[in-house]
Amino acid sequence: MKAKHQRLTLALLAVAAVIGAGLLALSALKDQAAFFYAPGDVGKAGPPVGRAVRLGGMVQTGSIKRQPDGVSIAFVVTDGVATVPVTFRGVTPDLFREGSGVVAEGQFNADRSFTASNLLAKHDERYMPPQAAGAMHETRTLEP
Amino acid sequence: MIAEAGLAALWLAAALAALQFVMAWIGIARDRDDIMVAVRPVAFVQGLLAVLAMALLITLFVQSDMSVLLVAQNSHSDKPLLYKFAGAWGNHEGSMLLWVTILGLAGAAVAMLEQNLAKPTLIATLGAQAVIALGFYAFLLFSSNPFARLDPAAPDGAGLNPLLQDPGLAFHPPTLYIGYVGISVAFSFAVGALVTRDVGPAFARAMRPWVLGARVFLTLGITAGSYWAYYELGWGGWWFWDPVENASLMPWLAATALLHSVSVLATRDGLRAWTVMLAVVAFSMSMVGTFLVRSGILTSVHAFAVDPKRGSFILALLAIYIGGALILFALRIGTVRQGRTFDLVSREGALVANNLLLSVILGIVLIGTLYPIVAASFGVQLSVGPPFFNKAAGPVALALVAIMGVGPLLRWRRDDAHELIDRMMLPIAAAALAGAGIFIATGGIAILPFLGLMLAAGLAAASVAPLWKRNLRRTPLFTWGMVVAHLGIAVSLAGMASESAFTRETLVAARVGEPHRVGPYIVRLDGISPAVGANWSALQAHLSVRRGEDGNWFVLRPQSRFFASPPTVTSESAIATMLDGQLYTVLGAADGQGRWQLRLWWKPYVTFIWLGGGLIALGGFLSLLGRVRRERRPAYREGYA
Repeated sequence: MKAKHQRLTLALLAVAAVIGAGLLALSALKDQAAFFYAPGDVGKAGPPVGRAVRLGGMVQTGSIKRQPDGVSIAFVVTDGVATVPVTFRGVTPDLFREGSGVVAEGQFNADRSFTASNLLAKHDERYMPPQAAGAMHETRTLEP
Repeated sequence: MIAEAGLAALWLAAALAALQFVMAWIGIARDRDDIMVAVRPVAFVQGLLAVLAMALLITLFVQSDMSVLLVAQNSHSDKPLLYKFAGAWGNHEGSMLLWVTILGLAGAAVAMLEQNLAKPTLIATLGAQAVIALGFYAFLLFSSNPFARLDPAAPDGAGLNPLLQDPGLAFHPPTLYIGYVGISVAFSFAVGALVTRDVGPAFARAMRPWVLGARVFLTLGITAGSYWAYYELGWGGWWFWDPVENASLMPWLAATALLHSVSVLATRDGLRAWTVMLAVVAFSMSMVGTFLVRSGILTSVHAFAVDPKRGSFILALLAIYIGGALILFALRIGTVRQGRTFDLVSREGALVANNLLLSVILGIVLIGTLYPIVAASFGVQLSVGPPFFNKAAGPVALALVAIMGVGPLLRWRRDDAHELIDRMMLPIAAAALAGAGIFIATGGIAILPFLGLMLAAGLAAASVAPLWKRNLRRTPLFTWGMVVAHLGIAVSLAGMASESAFTRETLVAARVGEPHRVGPYIVRLDGISPAVGANWSALQAHLSVRRGEDGNWFVLRPQSRFFASPPTVTSESAIATMLDGQLYTVLGAADGQGRWQLRLWWKPYVTFIWLGGGLIALGGFLSLLGRVRRERRPAYREGYA
């Protein structure tokens, strides 16, 4: 094979690979990107039922209720504008507590409640997920 | 005084870095030997000063000097010594100083040890190193001074995040940083070669040990980080596609591609422009890995408290480094002459396929990591999680594994497709056998893990095939390295597929005395008792465990720990490691009616994931050793002079 041809073949292969990767990534993104909701966003248009989304905000003080089966909990997420009731089955993260930031992964139910499959709590006393911070409409700052 | 001395050392080091760059520039532009000669010692002293600054910072942490802001914010006098020591880099400023320290050391090593490279190229390389270091010094001195004083001094420190109080902290960040720095050295070599128009096998041979070494450390760092997250976070997962994990994976992917293309350049003089391009990409990825994490636009455990001014500084630095590298590449790549050609069915052809597939995976991970940031700037809040990465990157990774099995069995330059199929019979048989065995034993599992296990079996057979009919004692060390590293990929892949297909989970609220089943195990809660450590107190579950109805009882003690400074609760999982997997137990909260949450997993062969990672690193190390030993031989050096 001539040098020129080889270079051309390689370049074409590379371009094809890049386009392939882009298409693959975009098609997967369309299905899989989980949109982020704050409780205040839900009221306006109603929640997307049955899609994988994230819900972020603060755990309302006094709202955590342990369920009779011992492994499920119910609590309320608030952003100071609206609230969403959440149920979760599993061991809660170490830093999950009332009055603290949380991001719940899961889906909305038809009655506007939320079933979480995973909870993400803030990891550090000084740290709040930017999403949760945004959801609080900057009523709290990052630094003390 | 110590803090002031540290700051002075930093300023001096920065000044020397500036001098190093100017001298390299003038020396090369004017072709002045007397100036070029002086660059090496300057690089050496710059490295020493950076090490001194880091040593002084560690001293401050060990002494718990609360008049230093960084110590007061991140340390506490009652911390165990190891974490005072490692706590020096468990924060933003300290970790940046560690980075530049390793960079300085690497620069000193290049200056003192590199003997085979043409002198102007070496000097240009050191000049490029100085520019990289300058950016870091500026960043430290102007926006992240680790030696800033606190007046009046704090009575005691705020403490270290308890999640970080783990031996992993002493190990995980430095190994990753050594990896990043190694890549930056490789990049500097590429810049040096571009500046002096010297892109060829000699430059590739100088660069290769750094790429190999960087990749060994990146592999170790990622493997250790994965295991650390696995046992420390108590979620039972080993990879979360967290942006920060991706930030360390992307340089690894780029370094892996670079490693394979630099081999082609060093031994066959092919893929010149492509190798230089990959060096630029790998460096960009390691900068993204270092900085994106710190810039505060990512949500993660690793995002330390952020000051917005610092974020802009970081983004500007990123733009300068990556933009500068790309501009230099665009200006000079026309001068790189075409290397030697090859057939598509050849070792080179397989390596090109390897490079393309790795680049595709890199692209997918990059898109998935940055997409939420781009979307956020258009006012859309979303997150991209494991389903995306698994679906998009998984199939490409499996294709890459298939190529990996074929590549080493191909000849350089050109090969015959029919002969190749003969050579592939054994691996194909191994894969088919594994597939049939799994199907009969389990009655079918999800498609990706199934393909993963089949390919792992095939790759394991294929990766040892290059040793077939060879005298094992006379096989070069770097061939052993390749065999071990490829085998490591097979082992790791088998672990991942097995974990995803066969994990059993039980979540219960357990009463004392009640037995619960998870996989083949029976777990009984015998009681909860208090436990105390150096700076924590804990509730500890006493779990009696046995395998099957007539196994021997043994005990696991998962804890729920309470740290006083800062006040935090963490769960310490208890893990029993068997030959065929791990039993993973986590203690949750009490429900007030005498029941305790227990989360139990049986994860067959999950250990293979990290065992494989260890093998990949070992393979890289063997190759490195083999290359260095061969290239130190005078006869070899003259042969290529």
